[in-house]
Amino acid sequence: MSRLYLARNPRVAARSLDGEMMIMSGRDSTLFTLNRTATILWQAADGATPLDEIVEHRICNEFEVEPAEALHDAETLARELANHEILQISEEPIPPFTPAAGGSL
Amino acid sequence: MSAILQEMSEKALKLNIPLSVQVDLTYRCNERCVHCYLDHDDHGEMTTAEIKHLLDEMADAGVFILTFSGGEIFLRKDFFELLEHARRLMFCVKLKTNAVMIREREAARLRDLHVESIQISIYSHRPEVHDAITLVPGSLKRSIDAIHFLKSQGLKVIIANVLMTQNMQDYPGVRALAAELDVECTLDPTVTPMMDGDRSTVGLGVGNGVLQQVFRDTALVGDADAYCAIPAPPGESELESTPCSAGHTACYVSPYGEVFPCVQFPLPTGNVRQQRFVDIWRHSEQMNEVRSIRLKDLTTCPSCTHAATCSRCPGLAYLEGNMRGPSSQDCEKSFARTGVPSANMLARKLAGANSSLAQAKLVQIRALPPSAGTSTAGAIA
Repeated sequence: MSRLYLARNPRVAARSLDGEMMIMSGRDSTLFTLNRTATILWQAADGATPLDEIVEHRICNEFEVEPAEALHDAETLARELANHEILQISEEPIPPFTPAAGGSL
Repeated sequence: MSAILQEMSEKALKLNIPLSVQVDLTYRCNERCVHCYLDHDDHGEMTTAEIKHLLDEMADAGVFILTFSGGEIFLRKDFFELLEHARRLMFCVKLKTNAVMIREREAARLRDLHVESIQISIYSHRPEVHDAITLVPGSLKRSIDAIHFLKSQGLKVIIANVLMTQNMQDYPGVRALAAELDVECTLDPTVTPMMDGDRSTVGLGVGNGVLQQVFRDTALVGDADAYCAIPAPPGESELESTPCSAGHTACYVSPYGEVFPCVQFPLPTGNVRQQRFVDIWRHSEQMNEVRSIRLKDLTTCPSCTHAATCSRCPGLAYLEGNMRGPSSQDCEKSFARTGVPSANMLARKLAGANSSLAQAKLVQIRALPPSAGTSTAGAIA
């Protein structure tokens, strides 16, 4: 089974407000707030840690859910966040963004 | 304001978080607009490292919306380095500029860094009027060319039109230009005093007749009868309300590191060169004084029928001599909108005072004493 990697989309604007993530879409400036689970995914989305490890270490511990069920729900959520261009998802690790090297946010 | 942003603003207010901050990167400018409230000299701007450190502190303090303004921001040779740092910190970045230095290359870089919006000052659709205000021949063409470059990169552009005697007949033309360019357009009839208290610029503002015309323009206000209706006196909840976001969820930082409640409210509260941004925000005596003021605490306004709907600016009131007093310019706007004089106007009439704004008391802005940690350098002195 392939693993899924998450990275924060560098095009967005984001800030934590009392533990709740506030995200502005880089596509159309729509403002989102993330629930607790989505906030955990966002904060853990370093491009290097696979989703199953995030779920095991960050979600199962906090919510006391079965790993398989949690992974399924987390993957659905991650894909939804990717549809809104809040997260980037890939089956390969995602390298960190380096604008000085000529990358585009 | 979107429902989510409203909700976030209320939450930030409750948690005492500065959700939105304007940072002026420089007061230097390549235009010399006749109504500008700034001097254009460099009195010791923050260095690149100082501004980056400030941005780090602001991100830690919870600032989400960051506006870079000036002066002309593109005169800073490190502008893109600062912008890049800001976007790494994931600020929602807005820019205010005259845009004359934005060409294809700059527009592409702004796209790459995903700024949220670029506000550009346009005073008229006619070069002879716009350029006579900026005192730079060819400036309107340069700014409009820049708008084309920015739009071609898919960026959001907002035209900001300040209404003055020199351009008062041209705002429909500016709106038509904005429609042609497919950009937003704002109109502001307020000309502010200079930051050193000099009120000579205020005389450039339009009079009551033009304000009435603007407030009755359905293209601007929608239902003019509803917009200009005589308001009900303030109720209990309105009397308990705060005047605006200045010092509550927003503040302003000058190129010299001075922190004020707002760009229009030059009450010194501290300097980030000597104190942490968050400490000024949370603990400054002046910031907390601003924060403590409710509508019911004002000197004249609580009894005014306009109190609940007036655009009273506490910064303009401060520049008139009392942050708890009325802002005469906003009294004039309420009067122009409804035909009903404000409590302040009636009181002045009774007192036989000359209500001419040009003769209003000149206030020299005071600096914090050195022991309180404010730089003595800079335009505010």
